[in-house]
Amino acid sequence: MDTMRERFASVTSQLLTEDPRLALVLADIGAAGFAEAEKQHPDRVVNVGIREQLLIGVGGGLALTGLRPIMHTFASFLVERPFEQVKLDLGHQGVGGVLVSAGASYDWPSGGFTHMAPGDVALLDTLDGWTVHVPGHPDEAEALLRHAAAAGDDKVYVRLSVQTNAAPRAVDGAHFRTVREGRDGVVIAVGPMLDPVLAATEGLSVTVLYATTVRPFDAATLRAAAGAAASDVVIVEPYLAGTSTRPAAEALEDRPHRLLGLGVGRQELRRYGQLDEHLAAHGLDPRGLRERIAGFLTAGS
Amino acid sequence: MGLMTGDEKHGPAATSTLDALWVLYDRVLRVSPGTAADLDRDRFLLSKGHGPMAYYAVLAAKGFFPTEWLPGFGSYDSPLGHHPDRLLVPGAEIGSGSLGHGLPLAVGTALGLRAQGRPGPAVWVLIGDAELDEGSNHEALAYAAAAGLDRLHTLVIDNSSATHGWRGGIASRFETAGWSAATVDGRDHEALYAAFSAPHPGRPHAVIARVEPKDA
Repeated sequence: MDTMRERFASVTSQLLTEDPRLALVLADIGAAGFAEAEKQHPDRVVNVGIREQLLIGVGGGLALTGLRPIMHTFASFLVERPFEQVKLDLGHQGVGGVLVSAGASYDWPSGGFTHMAPGDVALLDTLDGWTVHVPGHPDEAEALLRHAAAAGDDKVYVRLSVQTNAAPRAVDGAHFRTVREGRDGVVIAVGPMLDPVLAATEGLSVTVLYATTVRPFDAATLRAAAGAAASDVVIVEPYLAGTSTRPAAEALEDRPHRLLGLGVGRQELRRYGQLDEHLAAHGLDPRGLRERIAGFLTAGS
Repeated sequence: MGLMTGDEKHGPAATSTLDALWVLYDRVLRVSPGTAADLDRDRFLLSKGHGPMAYYAVLAAKGFFPTEWLPGFGSYDSPLGHHPDRLLVPGAEIGSGSLGHGLPLAVGTALGLRAQGRPGPAVWVLIGDAELDEGSNHEALAYAAAAGLDRLHTLVIDNSSATHGWRGGIASRFETAGWSAATVDGRDHEALYAAFSAPHPGRPHAVIARVEPKDA
């Protein structure tokens, strides 16, 4: 199985051939995967060098001429470093585009905090009108990339990671999917957190919703699930803890509910090592999740 | 410009651009209210969004919107803010105010036109000498020359407002990167026109228009 990033390169190369409106902007990172596409579409595959402000500014300029830009680099350099460009060169200009990141929260733990972006989705959440896809498998990444490319002039963020679930699910680019049903609460697992959540909730009577599109937030599916069960809701996200507690609270604002947001802690770990070590350190391995989910549900009963 | 009040702190910024803007809109840019939506129009991107009074005055004089809009400048019901918004101002190609966004957007615009097989339109962007301090401009400046974007033009209004100035002059920065560059008196219409219309095959072109210092 290829990685999400490898799938991004193959699918985007194909989409560039199929859709003359698409353009790709790179800042060196990932450029090798697009060498062939650059040969075939030299005017629509643009590598600006290690210039992330320009990466987004160029995307905005391409969009102003009617093209649909796909902009790609590591999440920390795509969303955090040129954040004002994301805010102004796309949103304020009234144009759209697709941001596709790699690296996620700790895809390269031995690279350290400079290459970790657990705050990317929370940061984008300060802006209006962004669709945010968090695939949990390369097949889902492909489906969501195709949605993003075809989404008119929408502003779309696709967050790729090496963290994946064992098997893909059918995703539609909008709705949460019910994976398991139970009585004692609802657990929303975002993207690659599904397998750890399923393992952690084994034997518990909880509804598990699988979310690969977190903005717009699928309030209707959450309300339906919470209505059928007790209104105890846990959200497990592979980025900053609590990122989606606001839209979840809004979805349930007219009814009594309890809400727990699990995800990456705010405090910098200052550890290298491996992905699974970081998951455990943030309590996002099955054991840590089990303890906190079961504890939360017990405390409410 | 006298019809617009309320942004006097940016008065020097506004008057500094007036002559260069007028020569551009009157004699160089191939865009008018009737062609403002044409894909083959020339693009003018006002990056230096503060002090936009001269810009608004020129757009009104050229008929992009009624001169009756000008006195409302900066008020709640006016589309004309102290920084322009492209979704509110007819003829404005970008919304600007934060420094250092216009030149990168202009680079993308030039690339987008090239990718769509439209070699005709010229892309112009106006920045200030202090705005040139922003690192984003240097990302764009270096890339534009390397990519040979010869339909791209940068107009730098130099009223000596950069805190540290530019050793060797602003034109040398562009020339070192591979641009064609000319420095002219920003009040001399014939000199401006000559610099604006100078040929620059294979390279982007910068015109540095020097005007009286901001604090003079």
